[in-house]
Amino acid sequence: MPAPPPGPGTLRLRYFAWLRERLGTAAEDVALPDGVATVGDLLAWLRGRSEPHAAAFSAAARVRCAVNQDFAAPDTPVAAGDEVAFFPPVTGG
Amino acid sequence: MATVRVQAADFDIGAEIAAVSAGRADIGGIGCFVGTVRGEAGGRAITAMTLEHYPGMTERAMARIAAAAERRWSLLGCTLVHRVGRLGPGGNIVLVVAAASHRQAALEATGFLIDWLKTRAPFWKKEFFADGGSAWVEGRAEDEDLAARWAGEEGQGAALDPQGGGGPLDPVP
Repeated sequence: MPAPPPGPGTLRLRYFAWLRERLGTAAEDVALPDGVATVGDLLAWLRGRSEPHAAAFSAAARVRCAVNQDFAAPDTPVAAGDEVAFFPPVTGG
Repeated sequence: MATVRVQAADFDIGAEIAAVSAGRADIGGIGCFVGTVRGEAGGRAITAMTLEHYPGMTERAMARIAAAAERRWSLLGCTLVHRVGRLGPGGNIVLVVAAASHRQAALEATGFLIDWLKTRAPFWKKEFFADGGSAWVEGRAEDEDLAARWAGEEGQGAALDPQGGGGPLDPVP
C-alpha cells in the first residue's frame, strides 16, 4: 500500500541502494527548509545535516535524483509536497 | 500498447513471445533479449544478486521507454518484464520482446529497449560473493554510450527524456 502523501509544508525524501544503506533509512519526511528551491539547494542542505549525510552526499558525482518520480537535475525546482529521491546511477537490465 | 511488468517471479520466455503474436498475421519478425545473472564478477564467484527498484517510477519509466520504441519502430507488439528481489546465478533478470512487420525494426527496437532499460529505469543490482562479501554494481560508462547512440537518430527517443538517467548532481571531478 502506498504511503500517505507528505503533510503540509513537508518534503518526502527517499533513498535507494547504497544511499539507503549508508543513511540507514529508505524514506523520511522533512519540513521544507528555508531557502531550498531546487534540487541543488536541497543537496547542500542535506550535506549539512549530519556526518553520515555529508559523507553520503559528498560523492554527488555518483548521486542521481528524481523529483516526483521523474529524473531531475540540480536546477529542478522542489516545493512542499514533492517526493524527492536520491540514488546511485541505475544498474538494471 | 506495450506490456510492462515488474515482478519477483520468473518469466516464461516462450509464453511471453506467444502472447505477443497470438491471433496476429501482420507480424513478420519478433526480437527477443533475455538478461541473466552471471556467476562471477571481476573474477569473484557470485552466490546471489538482489535487485532493488523504485516502485511507481519504475513502471512509469518502463512504459515511457516502451512507448518510445513503439513509435520509433512502429512496433506491432512489445513486452518488457524485469525481475526484482533475490536471484541466483543463471537466473533470468529481464525480458525484452519487440514485434514488427520486418526483422530490422524488431532487432533494432530490441537493442534500443535493453540499452535504455539499463540506463533509464530505476533498478539497482547488488552482488553477493562466495567469499562472503557484497557490493552494489557500479553504472558502466559503456552502457551510457550504448544508450546514447540511439538518441540522435530520429530525435523521438532523445525528446522523451533529455536527461537520460539523470546527470551527476556535481560535475564529475
